[in-house]
This record gives sequence, structure tokens and C-alpha cells, in this order.
Amino acid sequence: MTARRVISPGDPDPERDPHRPPTKTRLSRRSRDARPLEVPVQMSQPPIERNRDQGRGSEPTARAIMQILRGIAVSPGIAIAPALVIYPRGPRLPQRSIDPAIVPAELVRLKVGLTAAYRDAQAAENEARSKLGPQYADILGAHAQMIADPTLLRDASSKIERDHLAAEHAVLEVLERHANKLEAIADSHLAARAADVRDILHRILVELAGDAPSSTLSDLKGQCVVLAPDLSPSETAGLNPSLVLGFATETGGRASHTAIVAEALEIPAVVGLGKFLDLARDCREVIIDGHQGIVILDPDPPTLTRYRGLAAERALRFERLSRLAPLPAVTLDGLAVHLWGNIEFADEVTVCLERGAEGVGLYRTDFLYLNSEHPPTEDEQFAAYEAVVRSMAGRPVIIRTLDLGADKIALFQSSPDLTRNPNPALGLRSLRLSLREPALFRTQLRAILRAATLGDVRIMFPLVTTVTEVRQARSLLIEVAAELATEGVALPKTLPSVGIMVEVPAAAIIADQLAKEVDFFSIGTNDLTQYTLAVDRTDETVAGIYSAADPAVLRLIAMVVAAGEARGIPVSVCGTMGGDPVYTMLLMGLGLRNLSMAPHQLPEVKRVIRGIRSEVAVAVAAEALLCDTSIGVLEVLNRTLRANLPDTPSGA
Amino acid sequence: MSPQSPVARRQVEITNAYGLHMRPAEKFVRLAGQFQSDIRVIHHGNSHNGKSILDLTTMAAECGTQLELEASGDDAEEAVAALAELVFAQFYETQEGLDKDPVP
Repeated sequence: MTARRVISPGDPDPERDPHRPPTKTRLSRRSRDARPLEVPVQMSQPPIERNRDQGRGSEPTARAIMQILRGIAVSPGIAIAPALVIYPRGPRLPQRSIDPAIVPAELVRLKVGLTAAYRDAQAAENEARSKLGPQYADILGAHAQMIADPTLLRDASSKIERDHLAAEHAVLEVLERHANKLEAIADSHLAARAADVRDILHRILVELAGDAPSSTLSDLKGQCVVLAPDLSPSETAGLNPSLVLGFATETGGRASHTAIVAEALEIPAVVGLGKFLDLARDCREVIIDGHQGIVILDPDPPTLTRYRGLAAERALRFERLSRLAPLPAVTLDGLAVHLWGNIEFADEVTVCLERGAEGVGLYRTDFLYLNSEHPPTEDEQFAAYEAVVRSMAGRPVIIRTLDLGADKIALFQSSPDLTRNPNPALGLRSLRLSLREPALFRTQLRAILRAATLGDVRIMFPLVTTVTEVRQARSLLIEVAAELATEGVALPKTLPSVGIMVEVPAAAIIADQLAKEVDFFSIGTNDLTQYTLAVDRTDETVAGIYSAADPAVLRLIAMVVAAGEARGIPVSVCGTMGGDPVYTMLLMGLGLRNLSMAPHQLPEVKRVIRGIRSEVAVAVAAEALLCDTSIGVLEVLNRTLRANLPDTPSGA
Repeated sequence: MSPQSPVARRQVEITNAYGLHMRPAEKFVRLAGQFQSDIRVIHHGNSHNGKSILDLTTMAAECGTQLELEASGDDAEEAVAALAELVFAQFYETQEGLDKDPVP
């Protein structure tokens, strides 16, 4: 496995949400979100701060020194627990050579170890299939096949027989040779497989070590946070989330396995901490702050108290807000707002429903592509969509077609124009890419149309810039539907409604023309802000200009809403703004009645809606539109929010 | 297999765009495993075990590569025919690397 995304530090994905509210252990899924405006994200090897707080003198015994490490926050939440340090070497290796007399026994040990590792991989595959979805399951399935490989058995056996190697060393040498061969292959798809070979190597070594060492993740004695160089797919897939409260790893970025799996399991995680395991070896307790990307080793009593307080406060607040879930999102005077969830994985549907989402307002499909060495097949996509549509049981699901390019580049996209373009945000991405690669696009449309027979499926095209693009995409959809019909594949009675994301200023400006072509609009505020203000958020020198509250952005949003109203088509916001309670009143006042957000944001937004009268929202929007700076707008928003909802936490 | 075993050979060309990468190799190995015969894949004069995913992937056979399939055993003929068909059908993948059909 390798990183599935080529990513820049700020990750300028449209709907990534930088304002994750505090949560109990883990509420959000948007772990690869950019939060460059709040916490300067540090990539690669961040410096280690050592907070030498010896002078405290409160404890006479030599207490460990608190150390604060900074990494990349990839999955929010706070975890406080003893550390389980997993060392890079994994299981201890025995002596390389064995006594020739025990060769027969060693051969048996090899076979037993391989069989056990094979069963283990199969079990992991099955578990992953139910817990993490087909992407991981397929990887682990391939692992099982590699473990059962006849060449591995033959070569390792001969090393034991001929060279009198211990089984561990025999396997290690055979698989390392294969991994090195794979790495030497120019084809990047195969070269990336070397990591998988090393993963199975580790799995076999663990089995050969006999009684699995207590430091392995599958045999945890109690709650802990896992500190490791990095975590492999098989390690992470076998985790018990009720015991592992958090992850911190030395390497990895937002695309690392740790990040993706932490997100899927809703465990706080910080990656890319640089070498720190040696510091952590003897530490007793660790705090992982998945909001700020901080790991604290041996926190001093005040820090521990503060974090325990924060965690408890978050838990309490979340608990209180979760009681709002079954209540409608209506203002005090009865104006209803429809709240939707943004998701990426089928298992997020549960959280959406628990938190009272009426539908899925944005189902991102990019993960299917990013996590694969080549594009997902029609059936793989159908299976993913089917799971979501069925779980939503008739509630609407808006599937966004692939949004690759710019920051998100799949492994199979090796085209140099994609990777070498110095200005990818303005290049071949999203719908532009889909239209350029019709075979890829058709496969996705086929899968979506098939899933549309199972519920209320709607289709959304990202990054629309011109009317022509919409027409091209629509006609492709009709073609694909006709193709399915001739093949005798069941189709819904009417084609799914088709909407677009409005995230390019051009689309907002011609929203009245686009409104004639589509059934709904969804405003992607992150890209809309970036493109309107011509600011790359990841560029620190200009990031200060980036603000969704900028008057120019607000005017564009107002234009889109007006165009939608004039044509009678629904308009929603599915970008960051939609889930940030600071903006809720403003968006309502601008006329928006549909907000889509990460599921964990639903309670806070609903709280705002239920706490105000609609005329307040209208007044806020009117006042905000008169402001000539983003700071002025934010000042209005925060002031009104606090005046109307006094219990708003200061960090909101 | 004993020397008396029937041997079957077939020349094939890898024609799918991504070559014999992980997924086709898995399909090949899975199919090969259904036959009793010993299956060899000869590439640039080197013989590889057709039932080994490690062997097949490290061959790095790209699109256009000529391979010789060789089976020896009682079901050699069937094995070679089935495997050649799999290769000929581009492993049931489209040029974009998508599955055409669910794996048989």
C-alpha cells in the first residue's frame, strides 16, 4: 500500500471542513481536512519541542519530562491513555543460522507459520470487508494469496534446507528479494506493491514468533494509544477501536493508511511527527490531540487536567446536542431548513442518520479511485453506491461524480499533464477530467444509474464552468442510460435529477443560465472562495486573504441563490460554510434552505437554527452584505451568534 | 509432473494496457490453481511458476509482451486453453483497467 493521494499541505479540496468542533472521542470523518487557517500545518519532520517543566517541584519523585510534539492532524478527537509503542523492527528475529539437525522441525515451523499467517490474512480480509469496505478487503485478499504463494514456500524451504537458515530469515530473504525486484520495476503500479510484500513479511514473522508478542495490536490488554513508525493495512484493519483510543505515527501524511483507517474507525490520529518513538519508549501516558495535531508525552498535571477537562466538555456538549438529532431543524418561528450529510464511505450513513440528516447532500466518490491501483470497476462502484443508497432507505443521496485532479491524484493517473502542471487548480480536474476520459466517466455513470433503481439517487457534477460542460455531461448520461437499457439492465423509471456544484466564479455569474440546464445547485464554498479570491490557501504568504466571509464570495452566493429561486430549483451549500455554525444564520438569511455538512457538524448547526427567529437571519445577511471586509462580516456574524445563542463556545 | 505427462504450450501476447499487473496476475494465478498441471510462464527465456503471484508480478510483463504458457500434467491442454483465453480476453479488463465482467 502506498499513499493514494498526492497532496499539498493545505489540501484545497472543496468541501473539506476546517472548523471541526470539539468532539467526544471522535465525531468527524473529515480527517484529511485542511486546517491551514487555524493551525499552521507542518509537513515532513516537524521540530520537536521539549517543554522542560522541571521547576515545578510539586512532585518529589523524578517525573518524566513532558514533551509536546507537533504533527499533522488527520483525524480529530482527544485521546488520553497509556502508550503502546510499536517498534519498526516488529517481532524479534532469532539467530540467522540453525543447527542442521533441526532442519525438518524448522520446515514444519515454516509451514505452520505460513498457514497461520494465511488464515490470519483471510480473517483480516473478512473483517475488513465488513468494517472498512472492499478496497481494504481486496488488498488483504491479495496478501493472503501472496502468503500462500508456492514460490515463497519453495524458496524459503530451500533456504532452510540448503543454507540452514531459521524460518524467519528464510522468509525475510525471499520476500525482501521480491520486494526489491518490484521496487526496481519502472511501472509505478507494481513498484508500489513492494509495501504489500513487506506487510505480509511482517505478518508471517509475527506468526513464526509463536505466541504473538503482547505488543501486537490484536492482543491488547487494555485501552491505549498506539505510537508507531507507521501502521500497515493489516495492522490497522485488525484494531479494536474500543481499546485503541488514538494513533500517532512518525511518518505518513493525510493520505497515509493511518489517516484513512483512523478516519474510518473514528479514532483521533496525528501523523508525520518525525522520529519520536525513542522519546516515547518509557512514557507512561500520552495525549493525542487530533484537532491540533499535537501529541503530548507524559503530560504534566496541569496539562492533563486541562485536556481531561476539554475532553469531558466536548463529551458533555456533544451529548447535549445529540438530543437534538430527532428534532426538526426549524427556527423559533417555524422556518424549516433541510440538513444533509457529506459522506465518503458507506458506514458514515449511520452517523448521518443518528444525527438527523435528511439525506446525503454530498457523497464523494473520489476515495474509490484514490485507493486503487487502477480505476474501480463498474461493479465495485455499484457495490459502494448500493451500500449507501440502501442504508439511506429511500432518503435522497446526491452522488458527486469524480473530482480527481488538483490535489487529488489517483495512482493510475500517470499522465504527465496531470502531475506536472504547475497550476493544477486551473487544470484538468473534476468534470473536466471526466469529460476528457469518457470511458472512466461512463463506467461511473453506469454504476450510478444502476444504483438509482434502489432509492432516491441524484447526480452532481463538480467544478462546472460552462453550460457546454453540463450539456456534454448530461448527454453522456443519457447515452449511458440508453446503453444500459439496450443491455436489458434495470433502470429507474425516470432518470435521476442532475445538479452541479457551483464552485467556479464563472458558474456563479452565469447561474441564471446554468439554472435552465440542471435540477439543483450545490455551492462548494471552499473552491468558490479560492477561485474568487485567487488565493491558494496552502501558500502561507497569501492565506490571510482566504476567507469565505469575503464580501465578493457572499455576493456570488447571493447571486446563485437568486438564480435558483428565479428558476425554482433547490440550492444548497455543501462546502465548509454549510457546516460552520458561524455561517448558519447568514446562509439562511441569504435564502438557503439546504445545508450539507460533515455528520458531526449537524448538531451544532441545528442548534443555531432552532435557537433563532428567521428575521434575525435575514437581518444578519442584510448587514453582512453591507460590510466591505471579511473581518467586518465575521464580526457581525460572531456578535449576532453570541447575542442570540449565549452558550456558544468561544472556539466556535 | 512426471516426464510422461502430457505437455501443452501456447504463445500469448499481453494486450491489456496496464500489462500483467497485480489484478490480472491474481486472476491468472487463481485460474492456474484450478488445474492439476504444473504451469510455467516463459518470459525472455526465463521460466516462472504460473501459480505464483510473486513470480508473475516480478516478471513485469507490459502490454505487448510475448509469453509462452506451458502446462504439463493430465489436464495440460485444458489448462493452457483456459489460461490463453484469459490472456486473450485481456483478463476481462477494459483498456482502462476496468473489469468487464465479474471474475468467473
